[in-house]
Amino acid sequence: MSKTKKPAATTKAPPKVKARAKAATKPRGKQLAENSLPRPGFAAVGNPPSHTGGLVRVLDDEGCIEQGKDPNLAEDTLLFLYEQMVQVREFDRRMLMLQRQGRIGFYGPILGQEAATVGSTAAMEMRDWIFPALREGAAAMMRGLPLVEAINQLIGNGNDRCKGRQMPCHYTYKEGNYYGMSSVIGTQISHAVGAAMAAKIRGDDVVVLGYLGDGATSANDFHSGANFAAVFRSPCVLFCQNNQWAISVPCSKQSASETLAIKGKAYGIPSVRVDGNDILAVYVVTKAAVERARSGMGPTFIEAVTYRRLGHSSSDDPTKYRDEAEVKEWERKDPIDRFRRHLLRRELWDDAKETALKERIAKAVNDAIAAAEASGPPADETLITDVFAKVPENLKTQLTEVLALEGRRVNDGAFPL
Amino acid sequence: MSELLTIIDRDGKTQKGEDPNLPPEELKRLYRLMVHTRLLDERGLALQRQGRIGFYLQATGQEASHIGAAYALKDSDWLFPAYRQPGILQLRGVDLEKVISEWFGNDGDTSKGRQMPVHYSYREINFVSISSPIGTQLTHAAGAGMAAKFRGDDTVFMTFCGDGGTSSNDFHSGLNFAAVYKAPVVFVVENNGWAISVPQRSQTSSESMAIKAQAYGMPGIRVDGNDILAVYRVCKEAVDRARKGDGPTLVETVTYRMASHSSSDDAVRYRDAKEYEAWQKKDPIARFQLYLKHKKLWNAAFETEVIESGKAQITAAVIKAEARCNLPASSMFDDVYMNLTPQLKAQRQELMDLIAKGGVGAECGHFPL
Amino acid sequence: MTATEAKTDTIKPGMKVMTMLEAITDAMRTEMRNDDRVIVFGEDVGKKGGVFGATLGLQDEFGEQRCFDTPLSECGIIGAAVGMAVYGIRPIAEIQFLDFIYPAFDQIVSEAAKMRYRSGGEYTCPMVIRSPYGGGIRGGHYHSQSSEAYFCHTPGLKVVIPSTPADAKGLLIASIRDEDPVMFLEPKRIYRHGKGEVPLGEHVVPIGKGRIAREGTDVTILCYGAMVSVCEAAAEESAQHGRSVEVIDLRTLVPLDEEMVVASVQKTGRCVVVYEAPKTCGYGAELSAIVAERCIEHLEGPVVRVAGFDTPFPYTLEPLYLPDQKRVLAGIEKTFVW
Repeated sequence: MSKTKKPAATTKAPPKVKARAKAATKPRGKQLAENSLPRPGFAAVGNPPSHTGGLVRVLDDEGCIEQGKDPNLAEDTLLFLYEQMVQVREFDRRMLMLQRQGRIGFYGPILGQEAATVGSTAAMEMRDWIFPALREGAAAMMRGLPLVEAINQLIGNGNDRCKGRQMPCHYTYKEGNYYGMSSVIGTQISHAVGAAMAAKIRGDDVVVLGYLGDGATSANDFHSGANFAAVFRSPCVLFCQNNQWAISVPCSKQSASETLAIKGKAYGIPSVRVDGNDILAVYVVTKAAVERARSGMGPTFIEAVTYRRLGHSSSDDPTKYRDEAEVKEWERKDPIDRFRRHLLRRELWDDAKETALKERIAKAVNDAIAAAEASGPPADETLITDVFAKVPENLKTQLTEVLALEGRRVNDGAFPL
Repeated sequence: MSELLTIIDRDGKTQKGEDPNLPPEELKRLYRLMVHTRLLDERGLALQRQGRIGFYLQATGQEASHIGAAYALKDSDWLFPAYRQPGILQLRGVDLEKVISEWFGNDGDTSKGRQMPVHYSYREINFVSISSPIGTQLTHAAGAGMAAKFRGDDTVFMTFCGDGGTSSNDFHSGLNFAAVYKAPVVFVVENNGWAISVPQRSQTSSESMAIKAQAYGMPGIRVDGNDILAVYRVCKEAVDRARKGDGPTLVETVTYRMASHSSSDDAVRYRDAKEYEAWQKKDPIARFQLYLKHKKLWNAAFETEVIESGKAQITAAVIKAEARCNLPASSMFDDVYMNLTPQLKAQRQELMDLIAKGGVGAECGHFPL
Repeated sequence: MTATEAKTDTIKPGMKVMTMLEAITDAMRTEMRNDDRVIVFGEDVGKKGGVFGATLGLQDEFGEQRCFDTPLSECGIIGAAVGMAVYGIRPIAEIQFLDFIYPAFDQIVSEAAKMRYRSGGEYTCPMVIRSPYGGGIRGGHYHSQSSEAYFCHTPGLKVVIPSTPADAKGLLIASIRDEDPVMFLEPKRIYRHGKGEVPLGEHVVPIGKGRIAREGTDVTILCYGAMVSVCEAAAEESAQHGRSVEVIDLRTLVPLDEEMVVASVQKTGRCVVVYEAPKTCGYGAELSAIVAERCIEHLEGPVVRVAGFDTPFPYTLEPLYLPDQKRVLAGIEKTFVW
């Protein structure tokens, strides 16, 4: 937890990781051919993988490294990844609770997808940009967004960077190159691609990571974003968290294609299908894609197969449309348990460390909640600022007229989604 | 996947066992259709150059591609065309005077002069109104296919787009919907190399258009679009597949837009003459002519007859169409809704009153695209 | 019929007390039973029954053929609906939130709206696009906007907005039976807000006819959707100050019941136009123009617009953004200062 409170600490880990990871990915160069990913075990989309096969994994269910696949990450990188996942889960749990208590209006939980988010974000450099979807708020916090600021956003209070203008979970964190998303599905994909095109035009050494869900592969912006990414060889990674459900629509009804990864082929983008609950696999796959982008070889599409264990959001009840047995099955594939087994096996972790970590996180979250809740609502004036750089006269008049009226109140309903 | 299916080779001979063996009369009919389509295009462009119609758009070079594809359908099957498939009109027997009236936008035009030239609509042949926005018809075909499936009809739907159309939103949604619901649709992508001035390589990085089918979980086939028999055969298989309930297919016909994008465009400004010359040698009509020659179905007399009859029919139709009346001004208000709204009635009255007084009508400029 | 609470013991025979949401479901159910061409689809409308529950039970009763979930593509939903309508069935497409409709904008304004016209009447597009719209549910800018004006500005589309459960049913049935594409916009804020008596079975409220929600003689309020009950409450409060306020619920924005509007304003001589959308170029601007053109000799004060601000829709400060009773009252008073 201390890591998110101290941005400096958070930013330290990735460079170290980079040094080790590079060593681990040798040899590269020529082998990184344009249309294939060279790493052994990577599914080339040319040989369509089945739903069970063709999935890149490093850790097996018991947390053992599959033969010949050890990415040889530094110990503190491993611990960093683990602690981040635990923190994300705890934050998520507490925020959902706050929503249930009526202290925040909405929440989109990520339970079960911690490895996919943490592993992929950790594979980026700090100067790289992140274009998130609903379930990647953890990326902002990993990059140094203080917890209290995250909660300010969830409450929409006067200290919220968005000035209470967005729904909860729509974080923005410019210092961390973390983009503030829209609620509209998929739109960030073209934005991510556009940013990468711009970085390339300007000659910046920046890679862009754009997140999306399985549902978003049906969206217009996936089609145009992926196409543009490929045509302009933009330095980006499109990371699809296939969590199997788009609200109530299962992935099988979202697309008739064999996998989501295969969709990359339609655009000439090399694609990888990775076990999204295996943090090491997510990390190495993303790292390779980032390096590929950085070396000018264009975009990669990653399908991370994972599972949304809770409802779409605090407003959704998944028991109406899906089988609890399916959820139970995925509980057994929990990404944190799996990685903990790995760390325990390597004697990098123990119960005392676990307890200490959890206490540290609990305290940090509690402090952050208290600090955030002490803040008042945004000032009325924020209603009309930032529409344009300069507040136009008609808006001033509109607000002045309304503020002059007393006793105004509008009944609010509840958000359904 | 990237293999290009061809039946008629450069010398007009067929690969063994692949000739669909159409009856001689049908082969001659197809040839006649291709030639007449080209003649119609030539006349359309000439009329535009003479200032008698406002716009024209040719399908020159793509006759085999779209006629071969539509020939695989039954007459009861539907078409959701783009704007470069004029041969289908003659294939399905639309009266030429009607077609040419559409160019003039006169009272013989079924679209009542509301669309630009070549944006045809003929309910009598299940040919659905063409739109100018690229790709929108692809979702329509998917939807119509879904509807037919729900109703248990055995209708098949064929829709067309170009290489540029594969980048449109509707390509993505249309193919996805058709595949998810296994709709009886054949998507024909006429890859003519150019989207106005943008070459195919700048349109997509994928190795082919056909490969895009994999993204939706449907078969994608790449066929020589200048070989009418190959196009027909591939589309026939796709149509049969759709009719059997096995869902949609994407057919990429590799062809070439021999003309500029339209009468307003000048391709010389952006494309290499050598490319054009190379494709000229692959002319689909010439290739089919060689095939017919081999089969002893073609001779100079037949050629003369085909051309002369085509010209005569077109000339007669142009004369008749051009002699028709303009549409009444009041027709502008029809078909916005099934019935006129009070507002439209009032607006129509206002216009009629002004017209009665005389002097109404704005100056218009030229279309650039 | 108003949306205020109705007591169960006073229900007329053949009527049932419902929320607007239930009335909308009932309308679809009724038409799906009447006409097997009618089908319903959209995102999450199947098993889940819609994110608001508007399609609850439809898949159970009519099967997955007639009520089904689609991939997440508004462009696909509307494009497919156009194809279905052209082919001859009656699609009801749900767009989860009006704020999500823009990927389908091309399909709506360039295709559905123009199909009849561009084909000279040969091909038509009888379909209904249902979509919850407007604020009041803490949805931030992507779940709260009122963008009806975009569609009203497109000839070929009809735009219908109910304000009571009974109207929601009657207007939706009329929309489904209409031969033209209808944008059926549902004020989600009052989906469950109040209940009202709704006729069971067949119930049609014609498109293009307004409703005098409250009669009055001093000033006319023109409103629709969720603003109707706000205006009724303001009218009630205004009555205590001796003002007799007429409230007109437009029910259909296109085609507008212009005669009802004109007759009322000519009678009262004053007019307030109330809508949630941003003020500039909103539908109320059109209403103001009509009143100015046709009632100028009768007007005793300026036509006043009470509307949302010309800002994106806010999250936390939503209550300040939405026109409320006080603002409507202030608007009424403005027409009297002349």
